[in-house]
Amino acid sequence: MSDDTAVALDGAGLPLIHARGLTKRFGAFIAVDAVDFDVQKGESFGFLGPNGAGKTTAMRMIGGVSPVSEGTLRVLGLDPATHGPQIRARLGVVPQQDSLDTELTVRENLVIYGRYFGLPRDECKRRADELLEFVQLSERANDQVDPLSGGMKRRLTIARSLINEPDLMLLDEPTTGLDPQARHLLWDRLYRLKQKGTTLVLTTHYMDEAEQLCDRLVVMDKAKIVAEGSPRALIAQHSTKEVTELRFPVGIQETLDGKLDGLAERIEWLPDRVLLYANDGEAVSVAVHERGLRPETTMVRRSTLEDVFLRLTGRTLIE
Amino acid sequence: MTAVARILEHRALQYRRTFRASLFGSFLSPVMFLAAMGIGLGGYVDTTGNAAFGGLTYLQFLAPGLLAATVMQSAAFESTFPVMGGLHWTRTFHGMYATPMSPLQIALGNLAWIAIRMTMVATVFTFVVVLFGAASSPLVILAIPAAVLTAMAFAAPIAAFAATQRTVNKFNAIFRFGITPLFILSGTFFPIASLPAAIQPLAWLSPLWHGVSLTRGLALGTIGDAPLLALAHVGVLSVLALGGIWAAARTFEARLVRG
Repeated sequence: MSDDTAVALDGAGLPLIHARGLTKRFGAFIAVDAVDFDVQKGESFGFLGPNGAGKTTAMRMIGGVSPVSEGTLRVLGLDPATHGPQIRARLGVVPQQDSLDTELTVRENLVIYGRYFGLPRDECKRRADELLEFVQLSERANDQVDPLSGGMKRRLTIARSLINEPDLMLLDEPTTGLDPQARHLLWDRLYRLKQKGTTLVLTTHYMDEAEQLCDRLVVMDKAKIVAEGSPRALIAQHSTKEVTELRFPVGIQETLDGKLDGLAERIEWLPDRVLLYANDGEAVSVAVHERGLRPETTMVRRSTLEDVFLRLTGRTLIE
Repeated sequence: MTAVARILEHRALQYRRTFRASLFGSFLSPVMFLAAMGIGLGGYVDTTGNAAFGGLTYLQFLAPGLLAATVMQSAAFESTFPVMGGLHWTRTFHGMYATPMSPLQIALGNLAWIAIRMTMVATVFTFVVVLFGAASSPLVILAIPAAVLTAMAFAAPIAAFAATQRTVNKFNAIFRFGITPLFILSGTFFPIASLPAAIQPLAWLSPLWHGVSLTRGLALGTIGDAPLLALAHVGVLSVLALGGIWAAARTFEARLVRG
């Protein structure tokens, strides 16, 4: 390990990730546009945004596998342009697409991955067994990878990313495409890592995932950061306490022009429903009925990050 | 170096599952080819007089050439589909890139594995050549490295190309318009001198012809008759192999960086 690596890791209070004006261009296309953020040790930090917002590109730059076009980026105090391998040695990466070796068994995948970090074979085996226990795959240790379910493969990928005992974990859409049960199992494992003090950086377009796992997040849209804060603070700042969702019979919504005015602080018209933002959702739904309107369904719920995103961008997260 | 060794360890672990069948195939293929063509077909060829083969039996002529041609074919296979697999199907090369490994090391490690595999194939083949009594010089042992050099003159440039592809569509063209014609026309089955005089110089453009000339010269012990020519063969193959390694380092990096 070089001297500056040691300094960077010992330097208390230095952020693990420091980005200023971070930009990535592919030809004329700007994937990440001058974003600023810091991630502190022990923090759980998220990039929330729709597909194509630039989250994955940002993650790949942090991961030291995609060169920065412009701006400053320091990961573990090091510059990825000059210290890519040293940075990658201290990272645990869960990529969006699985990169498991389908010609090896579950356990062999972990052992061989540890070897790439220069760990002795016995140590790799010891850690592999421990990690399989952690992700609840011990019983599948000697099975081939291919027949595993999507959720199991993700858990194996998480185990693999932990084989080098990383200082920083990067998770790119860790639960996309999984069924709800598999997602909850995965969240539980990630939550345990968070409790142990592991620094997590994740991207997601699921607001519930961001709310569950992130201490702090940035909302990304069209290559830029449009808001930053804790999930609760973002909701408090950009939305009301409650939301009343009205769903009208087909064709009716288009005839409501003006009829909902004044019922809420803010009204969002989505193709299939109307959202009324107010701190007392029940009062809103009563007022709607008092105006003689008869929505097919009425639902009062708390504001979520989805509402924050809608407010900030005028669009929903999953289109 | 240790980085390359780690990839070799990985590839060897993958290979462990299939190596029995694979080695048996490497053994069976030359046995069948040499029995059918060398002895079977060769029986007829030899009765018509063997002046064209410089007084050799057809088996003696064919066997070392077939060694070079066979490793070329295996090398082309090993440098196409597995590269596509590592970069696009299983994405294991991207997994390696998330560790301290660099794209250059990933390219070198995988090419080194192909070289090892080709050494196995060439060794088994050479063993069969000797078994058939088709080698007339102890120099035949050097036909193994000559065959591996031939293999890498194909594997490295083809791997470099494979890394630029998103689908296997163009691989078919490599085999159909590259590997198969070379297999047949590079002096493996008949001397280049039997081709029309006008196209004989084209043989110089065939990397396989250089490889066949080397393995044949070594198996028959005639390599010393034209040492400068032999050196030229080694030179051509080395340039292709080294150029291919340089290109592969670049195309692997471009692909891995793009994600």
